[in-house]
Amino acid sequence: MGKFQKKRGKAKPAISTASLPDIIFMLLFFFMVVTVLRDAELKVSVVTPQATELTKLEKKSLVNFMYIGKPMPQYQATYGTKPRLQLADKFADNSEIPLFLERHKSKLRENERDLITTSLKVDGDVTMGIVTDVKTALRRAGQLKVNYSAKTKEQERRR
Amino acid sequence: MGKTSSRDRLSNEINAGSMADIAFLLLIFFLVTTTIAEDKGVLVRLPIWSDQPPETQKLNTRNVYSVLVNADNQLLVRGQQMNIRDLRENTKIFILNPQRREDMAESPTKALISLRNDRGTKYETYLEVYNELKAAYNELREDEAMKKHGKGFEFITREQQADIRNSIPLVISEAEPTAFGEEDY
Repeated sequence: MGKFQKKRGKAKPAISTASLPDIIFMLLFFFMVVTVLRDAELKVSVVTPQATELTKLEKKSLVNFMYIGKPMPQYQATYGTKPRLQLADKFADNSEIPLFLERHKSKLRENERDLITTSLKVDGDVTMGIVTDVKTALRRAGQLKVNYSAKTKEQERRR
Repeated sequence: MGKTSSRDRLSNEINAGSMADIAFLLLIFFLVTTTIAEDKGVLVRLPIWSDQPPETQKLNTRNVYSVLVNADNQLLVRGQQMNIRDLRENTKIFILNPQRREDMAESPTKALISLRNDRGTKYETYLEVYNELKAAYNELREDEAMKKHGKGFEFITREQQADIRNSIPLVISEAEPTAFGEEDY
């Protein structure tokens, strides 16, 4: 027991800050991995609904996004309040969908082209009319894999 | 001995203090630009587009589970109004038909769900209904996996999963929506 008592008497060693960078780097790497650099600025307001049967989108490069919702307040003067479709970073018409899909396709290797998923980020308050039109345009363009973007429901799954 | 002590003093340790600053700078940059991946959703496969009107298939009415969502976000299932909360259970009963009733699916492979909505239906309701229908199928597959293999659907092999998927195929047919109740903005 004497051993322990002797140590207590000694001067306090300074806490080494040498490991601080390591900790910060660890945090840094975490955020680097989970970061999705948003390439498109949202011009429509989108609050996706909740659901339970969700599938995760695996490879980011194989996904293209389409947003449907009411234009943000600052665009309402020019575009009105009717829900609109946004492709990349501008308002678009349904007729622009094939070109948008083609442009995304051309960036990918040939064997990956069948694996493209379209993620529809649709505001919960939008009516189905515009969504159906977009769906029809997607079907015409041959883009059949679609993911209705949704949030996880705060409710236990019944199993 | 004096020599050693002076060397000790010089190369004591590299000053790592500024490392933290650099790391912090990067960290803050990524913190600000981060949107933690929330890319999840209900996966759907759309039917192939054809310019000809689809062939009308004669289906036994007992195998078709028609679900209608109208512009007022009300649910009509096989001619009767239903609450969304009851949809999952009722769909499961319809597909499995445990009592072998005459007006329900002959077998899970023959069951078909027909989903129809108005153009004025709220997207939120539509997705909720779609989610419930998908959940019914997922729960049935889960039960089947438990019964056959004693493990959850996620934990069995791919062949076994495919097998169960074939025995309980998810068939949701979506008709063209009726042009009813579209809002004018």
